[in-house]
This record gives sequence, structure tokens and C-alpha cells, in this order.
Amino acid sequence: MIKRLRENKSFQGTILATPTLIFMVGLLIIPLILTLIISFGSRSADGNVIYGFSLHNYVRMFGFSTDCQNGKSTCFDPLYTQIMWRSLSLAFNTTFLVILLAYPLSYFVARSHPKRRNTFLFMVLVPLWTNFVIRVYAWMMLLRTQGVINGVLGWLAGLFGLHFLPLEMLYTPGAVLVGMVYEFLPFMILPIYTSLEKIENSLYEAAADLGANPFRTFLKVTLPLSMPGVVAGTILVFIPVMGTFIVSDLLGGKQVILVGNLIQRQFLDARDPTFGSAASLILMVMTLIVTYFYTRKFGFGEEIIAV
Amino acid sequence: MNEFAVELQNVVKEFPTPEGGQVLAVNQVSMQIKNGEFFSMLGSSGCGKTTSLRMIAGFEWPTAGEIFIAGNPQGHTPPFKRPVNTVFQSYALFQHMTVFQNVSFGLEMDHVDKVQIKDRVGRSLEMVQLAGMDKRFPKQLSGGQQQRVALARAIVKTPKVLLLDEPLGALDLKLRKEMQLELKALQQRLGITFVYVTHDQEEALTMSDRIAVMSFGKVLQMGTPVEIYERPNCKFVADFIGTSNFLHGIVKSADNGKASVYVQELETEIVGLASGEVKVGEKAAISIRPEKIRLSEQSAFNQNCFEGTVSSTTYIGSDTHVYIDVKGIRLKVWEQNKISSLDPKAYYSVGQKVWLTLFHENALIMADE
Repeated sequence: MIKRLRENKSFQGTILATPTLIFMVGLLIIPLILTLIISFGSRSADGNVIYGFSLHNYVRMFGFSTDCQNGKSTCFDPLYTQIMWRSLSLAFNTTFLVILLAYPLSYFVARSHPKRRNTFLFMVLVPLWTNFVIRVYAWMMLLRTQGVINGVLGWLAGLFGLHFLPLEMLYTPGAVLVGMVYEFLPFMILPIYTSLEKIENSLYEAAADLGANPFRTFLKVTLPLSMPGVVAGTILVFIPVMGTFIVSDLLGGKQVILVGNLIQRQFLDARDPTFGSAASLILMVMTLIVTYFYTRKFGFGEEIIAV
Repeated sequence: MNEFAVELQNVVKEFPTPEGGQVLAVNQVSMQIKNGEFFSMLGSSGCGKTTSLRMIAGFEWPTAGEIFIAGNPQGHTPPFKRPVNTVFQSYALFQHMTVFQNVSFGLEMDHVDKVQIKDRVGRSLEMVQLAGMDKRFPKQLSGGQQQRVALARAIVKTPKVLLLDEPLGALDLKLRKEMQLELKALQQRLGITFVYVTHDQEEALTMSDRIAVMSFGKVLQMGTPVEIYERPNCKFVADFIGTSNFLHGIVKSADNGKASVYVQELETEIVGLASGEVKVGEKAAISIRPEKIRLSEQSAFNQNCFEGTVSSTTYIGSDTHVYIDVKGIRLKVWEQNKISSLDPKAYYSVGQKVWLTLFHENALIMADE
């Protein structure tokens, strides 16, 4: 055994991976299988699972309803497809906005003096020291009708003698977008920074030397060389945004329901774990499909992950 | 057309230090580099050679003074508007582009049409013997090949001046020697002015038409390789270029390019050529190249001739390095092994008495700083 451990590299690897493997099988693979089994069942009147094999939960998610008003047995109810579409478009918008905000900042940090870089990175990371939920609550304080932003605006309006109607910002799609962008910004900044920081100064000089002005240097040299960071950041942001429900719950209220909220409600309020399980798996597949096509085109940004 | 491809007039460059002070990297440097010349800036690290090159390229701007390229003052012209191209020490190849894309980059920036780009890139790659490699990525090439891509990328734009910042520094010795000759041949073929930065004196001597020897931000001597080696104008240059023995003494007489120096330890006067300004009564150094000392078994002359004892010898094939002790001063002498022999007596041996003779032109007398 000891001899084998010493000589066999792949056996060493197996030993090292075992604890995590046990953890993953116990807490990811088995629950996933259970979820799959439950999703094929149906809900009893008192909220228990009746096991069986039926696809009605999946069909329901894609809009086929049995709860029809005009006497038909099935009809189309767009509610859940709208929720899926909302989740998907919010994830795209968030990722896009986060890239737009993170890129210039990362560029600024990467091109600043090495001594100052760590300070800037520290400032990017500081919010992560506070609990995720607390940071969302902070946004509630800012966006509320009686909140900080309306307070300041009202005070400014008062200075100019204007009548001020408080803005309704909380419980809107915009509030959810702002909260998402804020929460996930650091996960985009760090990988983009890492890829930008690795670009040697002599490459910028070489581009300039060969006749490229700063704009063309950016397009032809900086941007392509930092793409691995953008790709890695996109994966780190897009996947969690697809699944999260806290931000939309607190900042969107009943106005902005995402797949994540739907799943949560099925388990806790509606007491229909079979539909909740089906929704969970559909969400997973949706995320996988987008990620699959994205990584097939751009890769995983492995150059960054390898750092 | 202007006679000079590049001209530096009293160029000064100061850099701020982290402590808040200023460091003088280039101090009042003036140079005139002629069209079609292979010009080298030679010096050890921190002498200001690379900073000078970077100022010609436009990566740095002079604190004072002016740089002219083809007669035009450059001022704060950015690099992408200057008619020069650079071969970087680190090659600075674009890793995300193929060899072809790397080389065509500069032409694309100038909006050259596609057909012409293909033609010029092809010719340029041929010139550096990389034909057929155009679809590879830099990572798939050896160090020597990457170096050639960097070269092709810089010459494809046929710049007025090509700037080279220690381009051969990362190559192994054999490849470096090959590339030296190739670069020189390429320069003569293209007729482009080359400004070459190196710390390798042999490299500079091999390739250059003229060399500027730099130290602490100043140009000490500018001249042809022969001038620099045979007539160094100061102790630093004599010491930095090749190997020199130094004797120290007081100048007794100096006129008409000749001087004599009394050397205390040898209790004799040595007569030689005055190099630079030499004043009677002041301290002087005598620089003597090891290969230019004549050894003999008997005294041959009564001037510049003294006896010593061989203290050690090193046989290195083409030469034998003989260390000779003369009244406490150790001198190195390189004796060429002109006659093939296996007999140990054919070579100098430790403890042997020998006479050393210095011809006047081989003893260079210069001010001792």
C-alpha cells in the first residue's frame, strides 16, 4: 500500500481526490438523482409526493395548463415561460452590464503603478466581506420610497423650491438589475484584471511602434489578449445570476419573479416539490445549454483559471 | 535629403525615483548617425543606451534636448507616427496572432492593400529564412525563430531607421554569432540605418560601422571598431573594450602625440602614444593590450623593456595566457601559439625569466582619473 502510494502517480491522485469525491457524490449527485425522481411524480392533496412517471410538471413549465377557465381540458398559460424568459434576459443583461463596468476598471487597475494595484484590488474585495443578504438590504435602504436616494433628491428639489414626487425604484426590474450588477461585479473584475495584468508593456509599445494608435492597439492587441478574462468572468457571473433568488426577492418583490423564486415558492409556499424539482432541472439545463454554446465558441478562459 | 538618419542634440533624460528624487539616465548626449550606417551603442546596464534608443523610438521623451529623424525634430511625436521600427529584446510578439499576422500588423496599420501585404510579408519572411512558417503561432517557434519574426515584423515596413535593443541577448552563443553575421548582411542588403544597443563588446565590434561607448548616461568615445579598440580615449574605454594591462605613473614629458611616464614600481620611464589630453606632472595610466606585449629571452631594447618572472600560464589552444610578475606588478600577456609543438619547453613555464618589450604605439598613455 505504502509502496504503491509512493510509486503510482494516479493512485496518489485518487487518494487526494477521495474526500471531495465523497462529498460531491453525497451532496450533489445523489440529491440530483432524487430531484429527478421527484420531478416525475405528482403532488397529493395534502402536499406529499406521489411517485410515478409523468411529464406533466415539465409540460406545465412550458405553458400547458390543466387549470383552464373556458371549459377546455388544456390551454396555454404563458406565466412560466415568461418567468424563464425573464431569468434568461436578466442574466444576459447583468453579464453584459458587468462586463461594461468591470473592463475599464480592471484596465485602470492593471495599468496603474504596481504598488497601488493591491490597494485597488483590496477595495474591490472589501464588499465581499459583508454578507450577501446584508448587501442587498443596503440597496433596499437606498432605493426605498423613503430611502436615501429619494431623500437626497427631495432635499435638492427643496433647495430649488421644486415640488418632489418620490421615485418608485424599489420592487422594479431596474432595482433587481442594479442589485445583481452590484453583487457580481467583483467576480468579473478579478479575472479581467488578471488577464490584463499579464499583458507585457512591450506589447503595447510594439503595437505603437508598428503604427497603431491607442484605439487600434486596444482593438487588435489589448482586447483579444484579455478575452480569456472576460470569458472566465462571464461564466462566474452568468451561472449564479441564473439561479439566485435573494436579489429578486428583496429588490423585486412580487414584481420580478425569476426561476429561482419560482422554485423557492414551490418548495416553501405552494408545497409542490414535484413541480419545484422539475423547474430546478429545467433551470439547470437552460444554464448548461447557454454555457455550452458560449464555451464552445470562446473556451473556458482556462488561461485565467490556470493562474 | 538629410545626411543624418538620426541626430541627438544635447539630449537629457531624467526619471523620477520612488524616493521622490530624480535619476539622470541620459546626460547631455549628442550623436549623429549617418544614413545607411550600422551604429551601435555599447555599455553596461544602466549606462543610458536603452533609454537613448527608446527616446528615438518615441517610447520616452527627452527631458531636454532634441532628437531629429531624417532632419525632422521629433519633439513629443508618439511612436506610431515615427518612421522607425524596433526589434525588442523580449521580441514582444503578439501571441494571439500567427507569424503572418504579426508581420502584416504594421502594414495593416498603414492601410496597405491586401495583395501588396501578402507579397511584402512573404518577401520579408524569406529574408529572415522563415518562408513557409506563416501559419504558425509564436509559441510553436524556437527562440531563434521568434527572434527572426520580430526582425521580419520590423523590416517589412522598410523604416528609415531600424532600432534594435539587444535583439540577440536571449540566444545561445553559436546562434548569436550566426545571427550577428546575418544581421550585418541584411543591413547591407536593405541599406537601412541600424541603431543597435548591446552590452556585448565583441558583438559591437563584429557588426558596427561605428560605436558609441556609453557610461553613466554619457558618451565616452565614438568611432569605428578599430579606433575604439586601438585608440581608446580614456581608461574606461580601454578597460571596457577588450582586455588591458594598466600601469600608473606621473607624466614626465608630453608633446606631438607622444608622452613619457615615470612608473615608480618599475623605476623607469615608459614612452608611448598620448591618448586624449595628457599634462606634464599629472597622474597618467598606461594601457597595454595583452597581445601587444613582446616577450623575449634576452633584453632587446634599452627603452620600454624590463625583466619579469612567469608566475602562471594558461594554455587555451590558440593562445597561451602568460602572467608575468614585474617588480610586484602582474601583467597578462597573450602569446599566440604559432608553432605546433608537444614539447613543454616550447611554451613559457612558471619561474622562467623573460623580457617584456613595449613598442611605443602599443603603450597608450591617458589621464588617470
